[in-house]
Amino acid sequence: MTAPPRVRARHGGPTIWFTVPALAFFTVFAIVPLAVVVVLSLMRWDGLGTPAWTGLTNWTGVLSDPVTGNAIWLTVKVMVVSWLVQTPVSLLLGTFTAGRQRYRAVLAVLYFLPLLMSAAAIAIAFKAVLDPNFGLSKAIPLLGQDWLGSPDLVLYVVIFAIAWQFVPFHTLLYQAGVRQIPAALYESAAIDGAGRVNQFLHITLPQLRYTIVTSSTLMLVGSLTYFDLVFVLTGGGPGDSSRILALHMYITGFASNDMGRASAIAVILAAAGLVLSLGLTRLSGFSRMRSQQEGA
Amino acid sequence: MSLRNFRSLRVTAGLVAAVLAVSLSAACGSSGPGDRAGQATAWALTGGDERTFRSSFQQWNSGHGGQPIDVQFFQNDAYKQKIRTAVGAGQAPTLIFGWGGGILKSYVDAGQVADLTPDVTANPTLKSRYLPSVLDSGVIGGKTYALPNNAMQPVLLYYNKDLFRQIGAQPPKTWPELLALIPKFNARNIAPLSLAGQSKWPLLMYEEYLVDRLGGPRVFDDIAANKPNAWSDPAVLQANTMIQQLVNAGAFVKNFASVDADSNADLALLYTGKAAMEVMGSWAYPSIKTQNPQFISGGKLGYVAFPAVPGGKGDPADVAGNPANFWSISAKATPEQRKAAVAYLTDGVLNQSYVDSLVTGGGVPPVAGLEPKLAKASDPGYLSFIYGMARQAPHFQLSWDQALSPAQADALLTNLGKLFLNQITPAQFSAAMNATIGK
Repeated sequence: MTAPPRVRARHGGPTIWFTVPALAFFTVFAIVPLAVVVVLSLMRWDGLGTPAWTGLTNWTGVLSDPVTGNAIWLTVKVMVVSWLVQTPVSLLLGTFTAGRQRYRAVLAVLYFLPLLMSAAAIAIAFKAVLDPNFGLSKAIPLLGQDWLGSPDLVLYVVIFAIAWQFVPFHTLLYQAGVRQIPAALYESAAIDGAGRVNQFLHITLPQLRYTIVTSSTLMLVGSLTYFDLVFVLTGGGPGDSSRILALHMYITGFASNDMGRASAIAVILAAAGLVLSLGLTRLSGFSRMRSQQEGA
Repeated sequence: MSLRNFRSLRVTAGLVAAVLAVSLSAACGSSGPGDRAGQATAWALTGGDERTFRSSFQQWNSGHGGQPIDVQFFQNDAYKQKIRTAVGAGQAPTLIFGWGGGILKSYVDAGQVADLTPDVTANPTLKSRYLPSVLDSGVIGGKTYALPNNAMQPVLLYYNKDLFRQIGAQPPKTWPELLALIPKFNARNIAPLSLAGQSKWPLLMYEEYLVDRLGGPRVFDDIAANKPNAWSDPAVLQANTMIQQLVNAGAFVKNFASVDADSNADLALLYTGKAAMEVMGSWAYPSIKTQNPQFISGGKLGYVAFPAVPGGKGDPADVAGNPANFWSISAKATPEQRKAAVAYLTDGVLNQSYVDSLVTGGGVPPVAGLEPKLAKASDPGYLSFIYGMARQAPHFQLSWDQALSPAQADALLTNLGKLFLNQITPAQFSAAMNATIGK
């Protein structure tokens, strides 16, 4: 260790100062709020007046509240079912749109359309379509269900709407992933007599490994924060049948004006997100980032 | 990359960082309405009486160049959250638009709104022109903190006269009469009652009226006073049993849990002949008037008070709803701002042209001696009915979700939703609500 680090930095790449803008943003908009939220979760504050220390009251309150338990269960359900629905659909669509078929571009535009709409607009559109008295169910009696009013159905309607919104994005990821796969792999497979299905199973899928990990991480961590669409579509109802954790946090904070409890829920959400994304990158070997194209 | 280029890059990066730091700190210190060069400010709601408010402030500003008031308008739900943050941060406008009740009390407890009692004592006309039952919602602990600024909003039973003619029935005056109508309408495939269950707050109207009819105002007063187990009062339990009987008898439109009041789907059911009746606030009338004027001009819209409950302790003339909306003055206002605001409350609010404008829009302001004006309006029958109902009411109950603390209000609406869906029993409802007492 004869060379001082300063010299090494100058010759070995950009200095640490390049990270300053990003770090400043991250500190101001992520670290500081997070610390404030942790502190707030130990206080009682209704948004007016001065917050007062209450120790762990908010935490015991939140954790013993059946509404929170229900919200956590619903969030897990949304997470798992969303992944199960969205992954195969966007994987197949992505592989399809990456190809060179006739009319592919036209169809791709149609598939990507929901990507252009805001969550609120999507929710309002779904609400209008699913209205039991004036919506689609009047035109097509087969669809005449009480979609948003039935406690048993509403969560799946929410999951469907979320999938409708996010499948295009994940399709885009898979499309890009598939286009990165060298054509030589397919050519040699074709010479060896592999059909389309075999090519997909033995070349496309393994080559997309890291894309699947990225997409799944975004889906699973993202489903912790689904809020806007559900808020506009159902408001958490009927009863609390679609009151997922992020919505529960919002209602506790801004409708009930209980900032302390809402902060406790926020900490739970942040911790869950952190554990989930760390766990996923670790389990999948994503953090080691080995090339998938050795020998290609 | 050569060393020289790299140096200049570093300089650029440093500059960028500096600019960012400056803009970040600027963003955190953005100014609110409170520091706008001493001028008085007001925040009000879009829709509804927006036109009345706009012309009132315009008139005021053109006549009082020395004391102008700068007004901004916000959408209802957005406003409710924005105003609370602003008040909490000491950045509230001079004139705060509100509903009275629990939220006003939380402002008072936090010392954020000014006590208007000295102004009211010095200038009795500030108060004397309003109906006393309405003024009550702006009084906390014997002191006046808010004064009315728009129409009274009692809740009543609207009905479709055509549908009642079809089955040859009269509108229900009592609860048994209402129950008897249910099978008659259902037999004709007409929903007896329209209900916007997705919005949750329309459910509350049944609860408020039934509890008052059965037990009188005392029951809710106990709840509002945070008495232990107040939600287990026999009147609450019986009201909830009656609500579930209504649900189980098929009284409400099928799929009511996905009917949304924001899109006025509940009213549409009434005027398109799909539902025969609806319990709703008096604001339903102007809404129907804009959406389907023929329904009103054709004389098809009927209205009566919420049915009486035989044997109940409450007075059948009692009314629930929103007595009015209110102006409060921020405690953070400067003496000049406060002076301008009080002057506006004295001369600018609910004066001659203000009242005319509200009446033209289909509203009945809480002002004494209004009968001659209402008789000359375009909807004399309806407006006089509302006026008489609100004025003669022995008790005008503010909507519970406004009267209670926000945390209790949220729990109340969620549990009512479950009650209407038969997900919980009346006893479970009371237990769940008792747990929120004091929150």
